Amino acid sequence: MGSECLIRSTSMIRRPFFWIIALTIAAFALAPAIGNDVEMRESLALATVYITLASNLNLMLGYAGYVNFGSIVFFGLGGYICVWLNFTHGWPLGVSLLVTGIAVSGFAFVFGLGILRLRGPFFALSTVGIVEGVQAFVQNFAPWGGSAGIYISPEVYQPLGGPARALWVIYFAFVAVMGASLYLSYAIKTSKFGLGLLAIGQNEDAAAILGVPTPRYKAFAYSASAFLPALAGGLYFFKSAFIQPSDAFDLSLSTEALVVCMLGGQGTVTGVALGAYLYEELRGYLLTSEMFSHFQLVVAGVLLLLIVLFFPSGLMGWIHSRFPRTRKVLE
Amino acid sequence: MTAAILELHRVSRRFGGLQAVHDMSFAVQEGEILGLIGPNGAGKSTLFNLINGVYAPNSGHIRFSGIDITGATPYLVARHGLARTHQIVQPLANMTVLENCTVGACFGRDNLPLHRARAAAREAAAIAGLDDRVDMQALHLTIAGKKRLELARALAAQPRLLLLDEVLAGLNPTEVEHMIGVIRAIRDRGVTILIIEHLMQAIMSLSDRIVVLNSGEKLAEGLPAEVARNPQVIEAYLGDPKLAAQLEGSA
Repeated sequence: MGSECLIRSTSMIRRPFFWIIALTIAAFALAPAIGNDVEMRESLALATVYITLASNLNLMLGYAGYVNFGSIVFFGLGGYICVWLNFTHGWPLGVSLLVTGIAVSGFAFVFGLGILRLRGPFFALSTVGIVEGVQAFVQNFAPWGGSAGIYISPEVYQPLGGPARALWVIYFAFVAVMGASLYLSYAIKTSKFGLGLLAIGQNEDAAAILGVPTPRYKAFAYSASAFLPALAGGLYFFKSAFIQPSDAFDLSLSTEALVVCMLGGQGTVTGVALGAYLYEELRGYLLTSEMFSHFQLVVAGVLLLLIVLFFPSGLMGWIHSRFPRTRKVLE
Repeated sequence: MTAAILELHRVSRRFGGLQAVHDMSFAVQEGEILGLIGPNGAGKSTLFNLINGVYAPNSGHIRFSGIDITGATPYLVARHGLARTHQIVQPLANMTVLENCTVGACFGRDNLPLHRARAAAREAAAIAGLDDRVDMQALHLTIAGKKRLELARALAAQPRLLLLDEVLAGLNPTEVEHMIGVIRAIRDRGVTILIIEHLMQAIMSLSDRIVVLNSGEKLAEGLPAEVARNPQVIEAYLGDPKLAAQLEGSA
């Protein structure tokens, strides 16, 4: 098993896609850092969050074929646990983040074993139920400030060298989490585990009859899709210095993540990342432009309709069918 | 006498008011081709679903190569080396033929790692006559191609026992001829086969023994010629005595 993993990982390094991801990470890290461009950093930070959320959602949606409307619960819970450990209990940020990721993944695994017995619309509804349930719990959970939430005092930024420097540290951490999300998606897609998930996504009953251990695989995928969004949530709310239930468990953000997957091409690594980036840029443009700022959601909605109608397999599906050679390079 | 690879002991299954399978007992011997025939609704496909764990029996026991698999989930049954094809084809539509077979090889009896599974998948695709279409998406295959894919995928799992559910239905005579050759070749590789089929000529010539089902019960069991002569079978199932005479001729 060990030697086999080694063979696999070395063969992964030889593939061009491994280096495409590496270049993407480098570009994200360096672009704002070179000119000390704070505005670009803030825009790209949001893009990394979208890419992280969408890529991890893609593990369930694009690979295993399960529509998860509630992926935001990982982000929000991650935010709460991280802030609580870091600010209330004074744990170092790194340790808080690690514990947060493990806790949220564990939570997802346990819940996954239960709700993944449901299929189709029933599963999708249950994921909304989980968000509502967790939000209701947090609103009444005194240690987390109930519905008032938790305010973080700026002292927490001291270990990172003060607020200004902390923002850069947080940005690089965002980029690292995004990079890990891309590599996770890629590694799973090219593994036996990924093959099993894709089979489940195509026809779950046939997959089980072919020997794919469906309940375990689905629960692992659900749990894996929770880890990195939890870290992103931890970083996000650590950065904004304030967390409250309605921000942490905002269903519209998980709906946006779904839209991004469909736009980019669910089941692909590149498409989902590209879709997330473009969506974030478009959203930023519409919000700030004089002409569209009042009806940016209308423009986004029409765009989505057009894409779903004319490019049902998303941006990447279109690129793959237009330029078949890209299939071998862009996963 | 060879040992039984699959034993059903008084297996029953009821769906609401319908007794789909009642008190069914028979055994499949290692290395044989056992044909399962019976009119529509006799319980043949339900029996397959009971054997490979899609349904759990209400009573009775199923043993596969010495292990009790009664009520085990389909993926566990598959791991033990029992593969099946579906009467209504179930391709993993957006995956290629090779990927379909690789799933079979990866999660079948040998639990192969990915790179070795691909080699096994290629081999299985070749046996089923799909070697020229391995990179084609499964949804683009013809119905005959999809039947072959069912077979190739099951075969890639390196099963000890293969359940074939009407793999010949919907094929033209040339394709049937070829498929019969493939099934014989699979048996010659040491795989035991339990086959459901409505094409009488085909199953009579292919099977070593035949079990006849009617209304969820076992009506008869024996050599193809014996079964075809059995008056109960002629009356309950074949109906037409002329057809019976014809079958005896071909068996």
